[in-house]
Amino acid sequence: MGRGRWGLWWRQGIALVLVGGLLVVVLRALSAARIERADMVFNNSTEISTLDPATVTGVPEGRILRAIFEGLTIKHPETLEALPGMAERWEVSPDGLTYTFHIRRGARWTNGDPVTAHDFVYSWQRFLDPRTAAEYAYQLWYVEGAEAYSTDVGQDGAPRRSFDTVGIRALDEQILEVKLAAPTPFFLQLTAFYPLYPVNRRNLEEAKAQFPDTWQFEWLRPERLVTNGPFRVAERRVNDRIRLVKNEDYWAADEVALRTIDALAIESYMTGLNLYLSGEVDWINLVPASLVPRLLPREDFDPTPYFGSYFFRINTTRPHLADKRIRRALALAIDRRAITDKIVKSGQRPWYSLVPFGMEGYTPQELDHAGKDGALDYAAALTQDQEEAKRIFAELGYGSGGRDFPTIELHYNTSETHRDIAEVVADTWKRVLGVDAKLLNQEWKVYLDTQSNLNFDVSRSAWIGDYIDPNTFLDLFVTGGENNKTGWGDARYDELIEKSKYEVDPAVRRAQLEEAERILMDELPILPIYSYVTQNIVNPRLGGFPGNLLDEQFPRFWYWMDDEELAERRAARGDDQERAAAPGPKEGLYSPAEMRRRAAGGRGE
Amino acid sequence: MIRFLARRLLWFAITLLGVVTISFFLMRAVRGGPFDGERRLHPAIEANLAARYHLDWPLWRQYLQYLGPFDWSDQGIGALLHVEADTDALQRLPADRVEGRTFRVGSSVVTWTGELGPTPLGGVLTGDLGPSFKYRDFTVNDIIGQSLPISVALGSVALLFALTLGLVAGIGSALWRGTNIDLSLRLAATAGIALPNFVIAGFLIILFAFLMPLLPVAGWGSPRHMVLPGFALGAPFAAYIARLARTGLLEVLSKDHIRTARAKGLSEWLILVRHALKGGLLPVVSYLGPATAGILTGSLVIERLFGIPGTGSHFVNSALNRDYTLSMGVTILYTVLVYSLNTLVDLVYTLLDPRIELEES
Repeated sequence: MGRGRWGLWWRQGIALVLVGGLLVVVLRALSAARIERADMVFNNSTEISTLDPATVTGVPEGRILRAIFEGLTIKHPETLEALPGMAERWEVSPDGLTYTFHIRRGARWTNGDPVTAHDFVYSWQRFLDPRTAAEYAYQLWYVEGAEAYSTDVGQDGAPRRSFDTVGIRALDEQILEVKLAAPTPFFLQLTAFYPLYPVNRRNLEEAKAQFPDTWQFEWLRPERLVTNGPFRVAERRVNDRIRLVKNEDYWAADEVALRTIDALAIESYMTGLNLYLSGEVDWINLVPASLVPRLLPREDFDPTPYFGSYFFRINTTRPHLADKRIRRALALAIDRRAITDKIVKSGQRPWYSLVPFGMEGYTPQELDHAGKDGALDYAAALTQDQEEAKRIFAELGYGSGGRDFPTIELHYNTSETHRDIAEVVADTWKRVLGVDAKLLNQEWKVYLDTQSNLNFDVSRSAWIGDYIDPNTFLDLFVTGGENNKTGWGDARYDELIEKSKYEVDPAVRRAQLEEAERILMDELPILPIYSYVTQNIVNPRLGGFPGNLLDEQFPRFWYWMDDEELAERRAARGDDQERAAAPGPKEGLYSPAEMRRRAAGGRGE
Repeated sequence: MIRFLARRLLWFAITLLGVVTISFFLMRAVRGGPFDGERRLHPAIEANLAARYHLDWPLWRQYLQYLGPFDWSDQGIGALLHVEADTDALQRLPADRVEGRTFRVGSSVVTWTGELGPTPLGGVLTGDLGPSFKYRDFTVNDIIGQSLPISVALGSVALLFALTLGLVAGIGSALWRGTNIDLSLRLAATAGIALPNFVIAGFLIILFAFLMPLLPVAGWGSPRHMVLPGFALGAPFAAYIARLARTGLLEVLSKDHIRTARAKGLSEWLILVRHALKGGLLPVVSYLGPATAGILTGSLVIERLFGIPGTGSHFVNSALNRDYTLSMGVTILYTVLVYSLNTLVDLVYTLLDPRIELEES
């Protein structure tokens, strides 16, 4: 009978454990503490890869890093011009090669250490060190000796050169001297760019001492990470949220209004929009393309030019695409407006050059097309262009009566929008030129691999500028560049790009870059399609959030307008738009400095 | 019992090793790598990155490093061996010939250079799933540790929904067989199976978050956040359980021992509870094992729709990101869960049906 008794015992035991276990889990889950809503919540659209400024490259990472770190300079939220950040002032030598930065006195890390010139030397050395494996290291290769330091690697992975060969020097605690290899007109934009943010040496070294094996993770934990920006990281949960809390020791803390910010990592555009519409999120940066027409009349959805280009790369090593006249015909035949009006729909501009719309001090050099001077309307110009495309094909002996043009493989990464665009392109080629195009979609990483290995005929592409300069686009297509991916090269083009790097006179440099783009648009290793716009939906009550060409936002300037200011803003803008709900504090949330100004009777911006 | 568990454990170890090995090499065979991005890296920087994550090693060495417990880097066992993938050296060596201390392994040439010292332990065998390639501030253990409890919590709520609704509907359906109640319950169950859970979720969001703003549209952090996703996740399971319970119960109710019980004059209620349910629910129990594993590890679709930071999204995203270690980590997690839950189901079987003995299984 012992056996039966045992059986009974453990049977009842299992039943108890099972039911009990389920109940415990459910109860625990139900009793989980509720997180209080932050002053401002935005959807960052994805989980960021890291908080280490030296090793990140992405836009979502940038949104977080701009809140918690600060570089030598910061950018004006609207014009993007360089403003003093960790450097309170700087001098540039007349030849544009030597920058002397004066580090702000009183700037502190969150662990109480003062921010010094040595912090920048340490951080930039770490950034350039091949063992850090910084993807963006080349952003600092404008500095003398920096490229060699990063790329001349010994057997053990360490740099072979001494850091003394690099033009970065702390003259004393307060003065940082940077010697560039070539005058770089956008260098002060770069010093505001997140890869060049400083990190705290003690933060890293203490983690290394305490966790010899896992310090790479430990120094970045919210409780250990030391930062110098307007906010600090309070909490972080993978794929959920990053909670930012105002850094009271920040040098301009007086100007910072928000006390807490949540950055969510919601990947679904639809869910993000749902959260926004229900008032739980104040800013989303992407919307489902199918809903754009319904969102456009709203006051809180206002797409503005964005420094990015959508284009197709052509594999110029394929025999049937090697002739630039063929590429020109392919470029002319495409109905760009069908793409911008019927597929992407947010006001993107049909585009005929690589450098996108919106930059001051540079004129994008369009390929030669009938609508170039603006005299013809779009439809008439397109008809003329398509006639010319037909003529080119006929002259080369293709089309009716001639040979059949080989089928073109049109290659894109899996996405509805990309598929629809490829279909429009394939369709116009078929109708206008009689060319068959086969659509091939590939999963993202496979698509990148195909593109890098030149295994395509025509491949969907896009590029977003890192800083406002044509160089961030034109540099792609130098012969053999790792992002060229077209097999195309041109000696004169390379020469112009190289020369422009050493040119001090802005007018001459501009002419060089414009000539380079003219070559590109004559040779057409790429087919430009459209110039980007932003997709932000923002709570109308959020202040300090002007749009800009790089779509970079600066949490340091954010605040909540009170009802009075909101009404003023709306009145100033006119009444042609659909009012959106503007949840948030009716009495506003302003920085201490602004509150004092208001109390004194003034109204500052 | 002990023998049964010991045998299960042994098979478990073999299965797991098989899963780890196959998925490791499958993952590496896929085109594209973790550091491929829209912006292609400078070759020197790409080499630096590969070196940092040991992607420049031959595959067998990466596999051994991943498996553990020994450290195969140059600081560990690697110090004993000099490994190079040098084609010149390969050509100098005749195929597979051992020449003094130099020999060939796969496409690399290995030279024995030193003596074995103490090396730090790591790798899967020690429970260390490695650093994530994509989420570089976290180890895979961190990520699973943070997201699994969320998926388990949501899954438990869903399971509770599924069991309550499913069993009530299934039993009711069987008892009132052929009536309108049966018909409508079966209709609901068929709809539950036929409608994908994202459609159900969409309806729920429109109804309960927008038309009647009772519950949050998405997010995680309070009990209110669990209701809609829990229901959407549990609904298809509830429907399936209802069907299984109904069929199982109907079969048992027509058996001889039930007739005997009726003849003895037992009440219908006692017959149901004491004699019919145990046997009738066996199909439900065998379905629950794998279903629970699936429900607890999260659902990509539901987690995406409701913005829930569980493990479900990692199953797909890690593979898309070529996050080798995370992808392997969640595969291992799933294997462990399915295996242990199946074992648990076998144990529960003996609880419900005294005729089943563990030793036979």
